[in-house]
Formats: sequence, C-alpha cells, structure tokens
Amino acid sequence: MEDRIPGGYDNFVIPFLAGMAFILAYCIAKLIGIIMHMPSDDRKKLLLSLVNPRIIAKNIADIFSDCLLHVKIFRKNPKLGYMHMSIAFGWFMLIVIGHMEVAEFMPEKLHTFYYPIFFNYFVLKTADSGTALAVYEFLMDFFLLMVLSGVGIAVFKRFRSSIVGMKRTTRPLTRDRIAMYALWAIFPLRLIAEASVAGTGGGGFLAMSIYKAISPLMPESANVLPIWWAYSISLGIFFFMLPYSRYMHIPTEAVLIMFRNAGIRATNAETGFSLLEQYSCSTCGMCIDACPMTNIAEGEKNASVYFIRNLRYGGGKSSTKSIANACLMCNKCVAACPVGINSCELKRRYRSADYDGMPARQYGFVPSMETHPATIGNTAGNPCMEDHGNRISASYAIAGTKGQSRGVDSKPHKTASCKQNEDNVYNKKAIYFSGCMTQLTPSVSRSMERIFKAAGIDYSYMDRDGGLCCGRPLMLAGNDRDAASLIEKNTGIIETSGAEILVLSCPICYKVFKENYRLGNIRIMHHTEYINGLIESGRIKIRRTDEKLAYHDPCELGRGCGIYDEPRKIISAAGHLAEASENRESSICCGGSLGSITLTYDQRSKVTQAALESLACGSPDRIVTACPLCLKTFGTYSALPVEDIAFTVARSLEN
Amino acid sequence: MTPDINFGFGLSKSSRINLDNADNEKFRELAAREPDILKCMACGSCAASCSAGNFTELNLRKIILMLTRGAEKETVRQLESCMFCGKCILVCPRGINTRHLIKSIREIYCRPCAEPETGNGI
Ligand code: SF4
Ligand code: SF4
Ligand code: SF4
Ligand code: SF4
Repeated sequence: MEDRIPGGYDNFVIPFLAGMAFILAYCIAKLIGIIMHMPSDDRKKLLLSLVNPRIIAKNIADIFSDCLLHVKIFRKNPKLGYMHMSIAFGWFMLIVIGHMEVAEFMPEKLHTFYYPIFFNYFVLKTADSGTALAVYEFLMDFFLLMVLSGVGIAVFKRFRSSIVGMKRTTRPLTRDRIAMYALWAIFPLRLIAEASVAGTGGGGFLAMSIYKAISPLMPESANVLPIWWAYSISLGIFFFMLPYSRYMHIPTEAVLIMFRNAGIRATNAETGFSLLEQYSCSTCGMCIDACPMTNIAEGEKNASVYFIRNLRYGGGKSSTKSIANACLMCNKCVAACPVGINSCELKRRYRSADYDGMPARQYGFVPSMETHPATIGNTAGNPCMEDHGNRISASYAIAGTKGQSRGVDSKPHKTASCKQNEDNVYNKKAIYFSGCMTQLTPSVSRSMERIFKAAGIDYSYMDRDGGLCCGRPLMLAGNDRDAASLIEKNTGIIETSGAEILVLSCPICYKVFKENYRLGNIRIMHHTEYINGLIESGRIKIRRTDEKLAYHDPCELGRGCGIYDEPRKIISAAGHLAEASENRESSICCGGSLGSITLTYDQRSKVTQAALESLACGSPDRIVTACPLCLKTFGTYSALPVEDIAFTVARSLEN
Repeated sequence: MTPDINFGFGLSKSSRINLDNADNEKFRELAAREPDILKCMACGSCAASCSAGNFTELNLRKIILMLTRGAEKETVRQLESCMFCGKCILVCPRGINTRHLIKSIREIYCRPCAEPETGNGI
C-alpha cells in the first residue's frame, strides 16, 4: 500500500481542517467558560470525580449507552432510537475503524488529521494487503450503510414525523436547517467519493458495487476531485455550524454526563452547568409530545424544547419568561427527555430573577412554638433531633445570601428514620401535617383522623387550626428566599412536637419536606406510605369490594418522589385497580398545579380534561388520587366520583 | 347645619376617602397587566380560605378594593404575609389568577422598595 498522490495532500482537505480546528477551539473555550462560572464547590466535585474509579466507570458506561447507542430513546421509541443510534454509533465506528485502518497500513500518516478521513483518495491499494484490508473495507462499508439508513429515516422524519411514532416534531430554525442539510449530505457524498476512487483506493461491498456500476460510464481520466471537495465542504460547513445549531449536542452530551455524574446541578438558568444542559438538547422534540400543555390551544409553543432554545439563543426576554411562567412544572417532559435535562429546574431558576430586589418576607405571624397546639405538653424535646444543632443553618442555606446563587438543594437527601424503631414505626408518636390544600378538601384530613384512631396511633395534628404553607409553592415560583423562612418556622414546630414520624397528605408538601427540610431522624412519610404500612402490618383492616378504582399518579408524588407502588397496593386491597392509559412516569398533570403561574382557569381545564380521559380508559367506577389539589381540580370537572386514597381507606375500614 | 342629611349615617372626616388625592398611576399599570382585577366581585372567597388570613389581616378581597381607591401602603403591608399557597386561586368563582395578581401587585407597588416593610408580625 502506498501514496497514490505524491505528498499525500490535496487542497480539498482545507474546508474539513478549518472546520475541525474551529470547533475544537470553540469547545475548549466554552468549556473553560462553563467551569469558571460554576461555584467553586462544584469545581472541586468535578476534579474529584475525575480520579474516582467508580465514577469513571459510570461515565464510560453512560456515555456509551446514552451518546452512542441511545438506549434511552430505544426504550421509549425503537424506531427513533435506531435512527439516533445508527447515525451516532455508525459515525463513531467509521472514525475509529478509519483510524485503525490508517494505523495498520500507513502509520506514518496518522498524525495528519485529515488522512484517515480521506484515506481512500490518497492511497493506492495493492493486492498484497490481504484479508485484513478486506475486513476493514467490509466494516467501513457496513457502518457507512448503517449511518445512511439512519440519515434516510431522518430525512423521511422531517416530512412525516409519524413515521417514527411522533405526533409532533420541533420547528427547526434556519441555522438548524443549514447544519442538517450539511449532515444529510456528508454520508451520501462520502459514499460517492469513495466509489469514484474504488478502482485505486479499494472499497467494500457498497463502494465497489457502485464503482462497478458507474465506471463503464466514466472515462479513465475523469476528474473525481469535485466530489471530494463537496464531501470536505459538507464536513466543514457542519463543523462551522455546530455551535450555532442543535447539533452542538453531539460534542456536549458526553461532557454533560461527566458533570452530572460528578454531582453537579444547575444553580442558575443561564451560566455554568445550565449551559451544558442547553447545548445538550438535541431538540429531539420528545418533550413536546409529553407535555400536557399541548392540549391547550397554542400550548405547544410552551414546550421545554422551546424554553431551552430561547435560553440558548436569547429568544427575547418576554417570550422566555412567558414560557417559563406557563409551565405546570409537572416534570413529565423531564421524565421523557432522553438526555435527562432538568428543564423544570432551569425554569425555576429562571423565575427566581423576578424576586431580585424584592423585600424578603419573614412570616413572623406563626404561633410561637411553645403555644402551638401540636407541641403542648411536650417539654422533653425530640429524641430524633438530638444531634441536629446545625438544623437552622442548614435550612437557611437553602436561600443563600443575597447576590449568591440562590439554590435550593435539588438532590433528595436521605432522611433516615430513628434507628431504634425501624420495625415498629407505628408505635411512635406521629405528627400530621395536612397542608394548605387539604384545608379545602377536609374529607382527606377527616379520613386521616379516622385512620389514625382506628390504628390507635398517638398523633398530633399540626395544622388543625390552620398552619403555615410548606414553602413548595414559593419555591416553584422561584422564590427560594421566602420559602426558606417558612421552612425554618415549620421545622421549629415539628422539632418541638416530640413526634418521630411526620405524616403528610399533600405530595407538594411531601416533596419539599423530603428534599429541603432538615428534620434529623424524623421519618417523613406520605399518607400513602403510612397507610400502606398500617394495612401490611395489620394495624388496620379494610374491606375489599368489587369496585373498579382508577388511580391517578399525582405529579409530585410519582415523578416527584418516585412513589408509585404503595398507593396501588392500597387500592388493590380496597378494590380492583384500573390503570389509566398514561400512568406512572407518564401520568398527566391534573391541571391544577401550582407550578404554573400564568395559565388561566380555562387553559387549565383543557389539561384536566386530558387527564380525566386518560383515567377513564379502564372504565372505572371511581377515580382515586393521593393529592388534595388533584382532588379539588378533578372534582370540578369529573363525571365520575373522585376521592382521596385516605377516604377510600376510611370508608372501607373494618376496625 | 343641614338636619335633613344628618340622620345618623354621615361620613366622619377621618374615614372619608379623597379620590382626588389618590395616585392612580400604578393602579392603571396594574389593571393593564391584570385586566382580571376588574372582574372581581368582592365575594370574599379568597379571604375566607386564605392560609395567612388565619393569623394576619391579609385579605385579598379588601386589597383589591383598597387598590382601586389608591390605598397602597396598607396593601403592600398585608401582602407581606402571603405564602403563595394558591388556595385563593382554587376558590375564586370568577376564575381570577389570584397568585399572578398578587405577584404583579408586589412587583408594581413594592419594587423598588426603599425600606422593606418589616411590620409583618401582625
Ligand atoms: S429537552 Fe430533552 S426531550 Fe426536549 S428536545 Fe431537548 S433533548 Fe429532546
Ligand atoms: S413540566 Fe409539564 S407542563 Fe411544563 S413543559 Fe414539562 S411537560 Fe409541559
Ligand atoms: S396565595 Fe396568599 S392570598 Fe392566596 S390563599 Fe395563599 S396566602 Fe392567602
Ligand atoms: S374570590 Fe375572586 S371574585 Fe371573590 S373577592 Fe376574591 S378575587 Fe374577588
């Protein structure tokens, strides 16, 4: 094997080289910028992760399965998964095998960036290369065919998104189109270019057969250079367009995975880690079909993909803000996103800008801890809170000080139960916090009281006469600072109550208590967990009827806290469970969510209707939910009776 | 002295509102941003269900009435205890997005607040 072209160089490689140099420089500069904008703690985490063997192994596994094989998309949508996998994995293999081929046959050329890319043009393949060459040629053509099949689906998908099972696909921007056409052109051009020189450069089954078909038509002296120029130019255009188009996700996603595995999360909507999330969005559009706002006229334009796109390209403050404020924060798009972009957190951070310069609230009106009904008669303090001297500072850390990143820790931190009573949590004193919303749906709290009594639980009812809000609605609106003040007040009351288990009826409260309160060893339970435990341990007995009960997964309980099974167990103990057509991670928001700041009453009702339709799928006798807000919202529109799971249990009690 | 109007329902000087003194500039801005405020029928459902209203004077119905009359200081003070819990939204029979209304009121009347209101230990 030898150089066919003296010097092994031709000017046509320039567009490719220029594009390559540009994108490399751009990525390095951006990465430095992102790291500089991260809080120093995060920089430390990143450094540590790079020497931690466990995280390194996870990085490699995740990058392989998410960036190359696209396993997550496969699971949700095999056709779309194949499209992504064939392009990404096929291209990756072309690069790898191309380099191996050069390393094997022309190792002295490996240092020139372009040589492996345009290998077939530059070499004269002689017969003495043997079977190794044939294997390389076969593999190269095999993976090229794989990429081409993916590109074929992509082209088709542009015109008919239904071919990959998507109802809606993203509206591409002009810049995306330019990059997209360049991408579509790269591989067919590569095939034709390689086929044109297959007489000298060799080729596998694909290039060779095309060569055989076209060579009788081509004069011996035909100039094949224009086609190689075209191939190189399409590569160059693609690289130059990368930073300005959706395809930036290709180099970014692997970096995002590494940062995420290091434990780094967004601390604001616009710089640092969030930039990585923005660049990693491939605008695949899976979040559009997921979003319940698509049931609202023109609601589709509020999908997360457009929020991220606006953030990235600066799509106008008012429109970015209106998208951020409309979102129900139901997290369905986050669950659907194959890249795992937490767009809801970005929106929450974006919303927080509205509170800059606003006076901080103190909520000084709460009844003092000593006189609060839940704490009366308890002077011994709380056995679960003993070593928790840093509690107040921890809850203050939520808001941070002014000017710093106002971050609520978005990672759930484990709240261990009191060790000594792991087995018999139900013998311990409980404190029940019903939450604001439950006060509008008293059937829930009354049912809970009946259940507590039937099970013989020693409990106090923290907000029987009204109480403070848990803080989550403020946080959803982006106002972490005021929320921190509520969190501190509530923590004080619970701490003084002497209870060891906190039972909550509202998933909105449950989420914030689990994630943002520091309650020491007090065990935090949603009433579905608590009641399920009571049933399983035999503390209460319930009658089973033949009724068909559809269960609605509330957003904050299911996607928010991962509780799917306990409520289903309870329902199966009280009747027959009828699943909704979209359930568990795909459950549709009831429409009442406090996450949305701007959706109107009528717009919300469209979401409610969609959720009710999904619930009616298994023709149930009743709809059961586990959230007072869902209950209230469904109650307004549902033709079927709607009840809270606590009510279902209370009305079936046998003891 | 005009005995014919002095039948026990006269206005005392201190509680009379002088509409000419009220600066309606901000209210016009608010109404432009929140046209729904004009739909309020003062039913009081919001105030009756308000979480903070249990402990403080916060009363959204009253706030809306007061703002139309230019009494903004008291309004801003009352809103300091709103926890954004959203109960009022769920009960308003006129379908007013009360939370957004409250947010806008604070944005228009509170910022830039030279001295943050601190008297909220009502
Ligand atoms: S946010 Fe996720 S699901 Fe939505 S377009 Fe981007 S990558 Fe796809
Ligand atoms: S959180 Fe829910 S409402 Fe908001 S964009 Fe995502 S899917 Fe749509
Ligand atoms: S959002 Fe504010 S005004 Fe409305 S009920 Fe809650 S505390 Fe009261
Ligand atoms: S509930 Fe609605 S209509 Fe009634 S007073 Fe309050 S804002 Fe006005």
